[in-house]
Formats: sequence, C-alpha cells, structure tokens
Amino acid sequence: MRSLARNLGAALAVAVLVVILSIKLNTFRDYQIAEIAIYVTAIAGLTVLTGLSGQVSLGNGAFMAIGAYTTALVLMHLGWPFFAVLVVAAVVTAIAGAIVGVAAARLHGPYLAGATLMLGVALPSLSSVYPGVFGGDQGLNVVYTTPGFLGPNFPLTRWQAWVCSAVALVTLVLLANLSRSRVGRNWRALRDDEVAAALTGVNVARARVLAFVISATCAGMAGALLAIITELVAPGAFTITLSIALLTGAVIGGLGTLPGAIWGSLVIVLVPVYATDVATSHGLSTTVASNIPVAAYGVVLILVMLIFPQGIQGGVQWLLRLLGISGARLPHEASTADARPSAGETPARPHEKEGTQ
Amino acid sequence: MKRPNRLRVPAIAGIATAALAIAACSSGSSSGSPSSGGSSSAALTASAPGITATTITIGSHQPLTGPAAAGYSEIAPASNAYFAYVNAHGGVYGRKIVYKYLDDGYNPTNTATVVRQLVLQDNVYAVFNGLGTPTHLAVVSFLNAQKVPDVFIASGCDCWNQPTTYPETFGWQIDYIREGKILGQYVAKHFAGKKIGYYYQNDEFGLDGVKGLDMEIPKASVVSRQSYVPTNVNVAPQVAALRASGAQVVVAFSIPAFVALLKLNSLKLGYNPTLVSSNVGSDPITLSGLLETYAKAGGATVNGNQLTQGIISDGYGPAVGDTSNSWIKMFKMVHDQYDAKAPFDGNVLYGLSAAYTFVEAMFKAGRNPTRADLVSAINSGLPQGPSVAPYAYSTTDHAGSTGAYIATINNGVLTQQGPVYVTDPTASGAVTTFTGAEQQAPASGIPAP
Repeated sequence: MRSLARNLGAALAVAVLVVILSIKLNTFRDYQIAEIAIYVTAIAGLTVLTGLSGQVSLGNGAFMAIGAYTTALVLMHLGWPFFAVLVVAAVVTAIAGAIVGVAAARLHGPYLAGATLMLGVALPSLSSVYPGVFGGDQGLNVVYTTPGFLGPNFPLTRWQAWVCSAVALVTLVLLANLSRSRVGRNWRALRDDEVAAALTGVNVARARVLAFVISATCAGMAGALLAIITELVAPGAFTITLSIALLTGAVIGGLGTLPGAIWGSLVIVLVPVYATDVATSHGLSTTVASNIPVAAYGVVLILVMLIFPQGIQGGVQWLLRLLGISGARLPHEASTADARPSAGETPARPHEKEGTQ
Repeated sequence: MKRPNRLRVPAIAGIATAALAIAACSSGSSSGSPSSGGSSSAALTASAPGITATTITIGSHQPLTGPAAAGYSEIAPASNAYFAYVNAHGGVYGRKIVYKYLDDGYNPTNTATVVRQLVLQDNVYAVFNGLGTPTHLAVVSFLNAQKVPDVFIASGCDCWNQPTTYPETFGWQIDYIREGKILGQYVAKHFAGKKIGYYYQNDEFGLDGVKGLDMEIPKASVVSRQSYVPTNVNVAPQVAALRASGAQVVVAFSIPAFVALLKLNSLKLGYNPTLVSSNVGSDPITLSGLLETYAKAGGATVNGNQLTQGIISDGYGPAVGDTSNSWIKMFKMVHDQYDAKAPFDGNVLYGLSAAYTFVEAMFKAGRNPTRADLVSAINSGLPQGPSVAPYAYSTTDHAGSTGAYIATINNGVLTQQGPVYVTDPTASGAVTTFTGAEQQAPASGIPAP
C-alpha cells in the first residue's frame, strides 16, 4: 500500500513536470515529449517481459503496428473518440499477444528471439499484401485534432504531449504495482529458475503467456499514440529497426527497471536529434554529417554498456550509493542487482587485463 | 582491483567523447551561417517566419541515408551549391538563403518528425523540394494546416496538384501521368503491332505512370502487367512472367534499383526485350553503377554502360551530356565551384534546377514577402527556366512541368531524340509537339528579379 502511494506520488510529480515543460518549451519540444512518452510506454512493457519474466522479444515493433493500424482503421471507419480507440487498440494487441505468447511459451532463448524476429519482419509487410485495407507502402492517414474545450489556438502538439504522457504514466504505475505483486514475484522466480518455480507452484505456462500479453498491450497502446502524433500509419515506421530500438532502450536504460524505460527512451529520442543539430551546425560535408547521428548513437550505446553494465538506472543507483543516499532503493533489490555482476566481474577482469597488456 | 577498472573505463569514455567533439568541430568553417548581410539592407524587414533582414531559412526532408540514398542524396547538396552561388552574388534582394535539409531515410514516420522540427522549432519560411511520394504524403496535410508553403516537391505524383485541398503545395517535375502519356504515345507509334509488357512500382508513382501509358497504348497490345513492392528485391517471378507472355517491349515505371534488377534478371533468362524506362529510373550513371554492384554481389562481372545502351527514356530538363546548352554550361560552372566532389549527373542537375526555380519564385514574391506572397507568386505562373516545357502553375493548377522529350541512353549518356512534347493529365488531351522556344540561361547565373 505504501509503495502504491509512493508510485502515485512520483507519477503525479512527473505529470506536473510534463505540464510545466510542455507550456514553457516550444511546440516541437512538445512533440518530442510525446515521442518520449510513446517509447516509455512500449519499452516499459518490454522491460517487464525481458527483465522480469526472462523472455526476449524482437517483435514488439509488430505489436506497435497492430495498435497503430487498429487506431487508424477505427478512427477512419467509425470515428470513435480517441480514448475509446485506445482501449480497442489495447484489446486487439492483447489478443495478438496472447496468440503469440502461447507459441512463445514453448520456446526459449535464441528460438524465442528467432520466432519474435520473424513476427517483427513479416507482419508489417501484410500492408503491402492487402493495400486496399492498409493503404500499402503509403499507409493510412490519421486525422486527430485538439478537443473543442481547449479553444482553437491550443497547440496540437501540447495536447498530444499531455495525452501520451498520461498514458505512459498510468502504464508505469500499473506495471510497478504488478511487478511488486504476486504476478511479478512469479515472473522473477521463473526467470531465475523455471523448474524451481514450477515446483513451488507457479503455473509456468500461464505466467509466461501473461507476460507476453501485458508486453504486447503496452506496445499496442504505444502504437496507437504513435498513430495520432505522426498522423500517419505506414509500414516504414514498424521495421525491425523499431523492435531493436525498443530492446536497445530497455537494455541501455536498465533491463527490468521501470525508471530505466524512461532513461532508455530519452536516449533513443534525443541523442539522434542532438547529434544532427551538432553535425549540421558545424558545416560538415553531407556524407559525414548525415552519418554522425547514427555514429553518435552507437558510441553512446557502447559507452553506457562499458561504464554501466546494468544500464543507466544501474549507474544512477551506483551514483546514489556513492553519495550515501542508499534509501532510494530497497535492500532486496540491491542484493539481486549486485550479486551477479560483481560475482562475474572478479574472475573475468584479471584475465582481460592480462590479455590487453 | 575494482577501483582502477572503474577509473579506466570512464577515462576511455572521456577520451572517446572528446575525440568525437573535436571531429565534430574540426571542419566547422565553411557555409551554413550567414556572415555580414551586405549592401542595401535598409528596407528589408522580418516579413514572415524564417525571414530576417539578412536571411531566408528554408527546409527540406531528404533521404541522406537508407535505401533511397543512392543517387538521391546528391540532390540537396546540389541545391545548396546553387544557393551558395546566389548568396555569394548578392542573394535574393540582399538576403542569403539558408537551406536546412534533414535526413528522413525515406521513412514516412521520420519525415513526420523532421518536418515538424523544421516548421515548429526552426521556423522555416517554406519547405522546398521534399523528396519522395510516400514520405511527402505523410506531411502534406500538416504543412497545409500550418500554412507553410510546400514548394517544388521532388516527386511527380499527380496528387500534389490539388489546389483546393492543398493550396500551399506545388509539384515541380513533370507528373507521372503526363510522362506516361508521352512515353506511351512514343511506344504506340514506334512499336505498333508488337507485344508490350508493363513493369511498375505498386504505389502512386507506378500506378500514375501506368494510368498515363494506358491512355495512349491500345489495351489489346499490353500482354502482361507486372508490379513489385520496393521492399521485396526478388523480381524473378515478374521477369519470368514478362518473358512467358512474349512481351517484346517492356515499359518500366520504377526506381533505378528495380530497373537494374529487371535488366539483370532478364539477362539471366536470356530474355532481351526493348526496355523503355521513365526518367526516374534511367539516370545512366546511377543505373550502370547499380548494375555493376548487383552483378558483383551475384558473382558476375558486367559492363554497366554496355547494358544500359539503347534504353529508351525521357527527359524534362536539359540533357547532362549536352555541353553546348547554356543551362548545362551555367550549372556546370556552379557545380565545379561549390559541389565539385559530387559527379555532375542527373541527380545533381535536378537539385541545381529546382534551386534555380525556387530563387526565381523568391524574386517574384517581392522584397519583403509573406508566406502568402510566395504562394501567389507561383500561382501567377513562373518562367520556364531550365525546364524544356512551360510550368502549369496557376490558381487552379499546381502541377509542374508540362512536357518532356524522348531520349535514349547512348554510351552512358542520356541523349535527346526528337522534339519536346507537351500534354495534360487527362485521357482526352492530346500529346502535341511543343512549338515554343527554349529559354537561355542568364549570363549572371541568377534569375532576373
């Protein structure tokens, strides 16, 4: 109960911060806030799946596509209000997640990665197979406007930032609650040792499918939000690159931690934009400048992984511990988070050192 | 044990970051920021977003990386080279043009993001020459809702010509329906009685082209219609179907990569029809480069120039190989001075010509233009400049060039054959020979105000 109150408090604080930022900053920054919130929603779902239940997915971009196309089709043909559409998108992707989850629950490691990879590659191509319904490569246009009560001069991007952030925060609070509950404990047990978990009475298959359903639902909602901010749903947005970006965000932020989903999203959205600005403002030749964002993104990923193997959230916790603010984390989390890297570090590092010198 | 490790890694990190920062700064001298405004800035005001007393800032979305980057990534730097030339010679009424083009990787979702950045954050005056049909479709309604001039799109989709729905949007190159009609008329006349096959990209680009072809080529002589999607590079089934249908002439509305794939797959089957390709897919330098690369990847060696020999296509600007043409001379001079690293090919010429048209429109928009002034300047018509046929621009027509000539690839150079034809995008409109005169390039290289 205490942790729920704390999570709600934190979410409320972030919500106030988002509202203030969205008013203070320009309308393009609002658009970026919305983009970040979308990534947070999708990555939070993935980090729960991979970090807690131990299943990897390279196909969450495809679930985003399902959510986005559902949104576009419902808005186009039925014209429902967005929050109703969001619920429909969540339900449809949850069903898709359940179907994939049932198959995925039988697979492990590279086989699971391969199966989800196939989903990520193949599903968006359906739009080219049925261009009449999905609009082919050009996709479907989405019309989304600010609600009337805000007046005609309210910036659309600010409203989009609010909607996306609200969905992201609600998702984070629910996931935080879930991961502390019996369900979350079951996932951790099954991630660490499936046989032991089964022996203690965890229904392994059900827990694994449930993790997939929740992860897919989050991705579906993120896809619905993406549809209304870009006002377009096209297969080009849901390539395998997106699925990999989501996994990258989860890992770089700190796998299995929800604050990590926020750090990861910030890196994914802001680093390329910042690098482009730096590259173009220095008058580099086009061939160099156009590749700098990609290179900078790569460098940031390598650096974060080198310095903080536990992701940015791991780094933040290390920093807090260094400053003596250890109360920021719970003791049992500390023990599980630290046990493995330090155990692996001690024997590995000396060898490495010998090798390099 | 632990401490040195922890120190070592941040040290590496620090050095790497510093190196990147230095690399980013090292060549920070050229272009970009405008220096001292120059003469007679007395009456110049900040008359619109993106316009200051000394600068005009415009933006664009371009495929600088990704699948469409080959060839097309040369276009924006070429436009920028022409703007640099204009800036060095007095600018537009003394204002310098600042051209900010961002990479969208030919992905419509990225286009949505970068165009919002240009409009909402960088406050560009206009979006110029945004490249691609699927990409630009993602932002056309956004730009019109924001009332940002959306000029000279680098795509021949007929969809840009909707002045009532999209009053801010203007095409530039000949639209694919007109181009299809001109190619179709040539094919119907020169290959009468032969079996004809179509090979096209399954989107607005290919479908518009086919629409134009069907207006001129008798339905009965078309024996096979094969389409592809750009995400699937296996076109062997399509080529086999064309061969099985016995098509003696294949008309392609496809991007360069898929013309190359068509050619190589035909070669493999020993199938050798006469190839007719729309201008989009027929730049000889791009095409022969792709042919050689793909063949190499497949373990074979081919001569690109030999394979492209005799391909029939069309052109709507001066032919690159026509060194006596005044436009080619003028653009070559600008290119050699400001963009010498890029090859002087069809893509570069395209970027230079589009930039010339934009400067023409800016002069016409007046000394202190609003965004609406630019739109009405184009609505009242533009001189044809380097284009071989007049532009269609009026308040009721936002299509670009109205005509083209037939050309063949000869020794790696696209060479004009016969006169320039003009037409309209309707089924009833005839394809006629253009009787007006071509314009000469201005001696100064800058359009007259």
